Amino acid sequence: MQQSASAHVSNHDHGHVDQEGLKILGFWIFLVTDCLLFATLFAAYAVLHTHTNGGFTGKEFDKPGFIIETFILLISSFTSGIAVLFMHKGNKKALLGWLIVTAALGAVFVGLEINEFTNMVHEGATISTSAFLTSFFTLVGTHGLHVTVGIFWMIGLMIQLSRKGITNVTKRKISVISLYWHFLDAVWIFILTVVYLMGVM
Amino acid sequence: MSNHEHTASIKAYVIGFILSIILTIIPLVLVLNHMMAKSVLLPVILIAAVLQFVIQLFFFMHIRDGEGPRYNVMALVLGLIFVITIVVGAIWIMSFNSVVQ
Repeated sequence: MQQSASAHVSNHDHGHVDQEGLKILGFWIFLVTDCLLFATLFAAYAVLHTHTNGGFTGKEFDKPGFIIETFILLISSFTSGIAVLFMHKGNKKALLGWLIVTAALGAVFVGLEINEFTNMVHEGATISTSAFLTSFFTLVGTHGLHVTVGIFWMIGLMIQLSRKGITNVTKRKISVISLYWHFLDAVWIFILTVVYLMGVM
Repeated sequence: MSNHEHTASIKAYVIGFILSIILTIIPLVLVLNHMMAKSVLLPVILIAAVLQFVIQLFFFMHIRDGEGPRYNVMALVLGLIFVITIVVGAIWIMSFNSVVQ
């Protein structure tokens, strides 16, 4: 009797772990579909990037701007990983601290990107100037929007974390947003290569 | 969740971070200093990007985490097939379009 009771408990426990694991798998599948969204935008950019309509071309991209953006996003990807490490150690204070650093770096990234976009618009390079710029603003803007959503999501998780502490549920939520953040950095690698580096080449 | 499920360690993150920085700086330097012919440069920077993506999958996103069948890897492989089909297919079809014109 006792044995079956303990078997039941461990089964139940196992089922619970699987639930959280299943949710992380579900998030992986979301990331894959998000890849498809970016694939269509990359395809549009690849096809349209020569259609500059005699205006702004890729050679005019702000070089220091996109280099700084790249490193800020890469560092924030690293700091979100450090946050997860402290989560596994059960250190709530350090976890919150590194999440704040990550969100702040993300905010700087978005700020720099908005600055880059407004500078371009002031130079007359708007989203309707040419097919090249339409595909550029859509692709890079969609990525920037993802980062912005991630910042608000992270702030929400920090509030929940400070109220409920590190539980199985908040652990899974932090793991998921960390995956999301790394994914955004991975997408940025291809934006840097395909849009900016091939643009200034 | 037991500890052995997580491949996360400070060592993995630091290695992944350093490799990512190196793989970011190499294409930046090559492109900004015009160090290669365009036909060589293009595949080099694309390979650097793909390598960095793979490194982040392993060192940052811990794609090997968890037990049992790796459904996340299967989904990712299927997704990559779709991504390559969409991007390469679009470029191929539209380059044919410009030939017709």
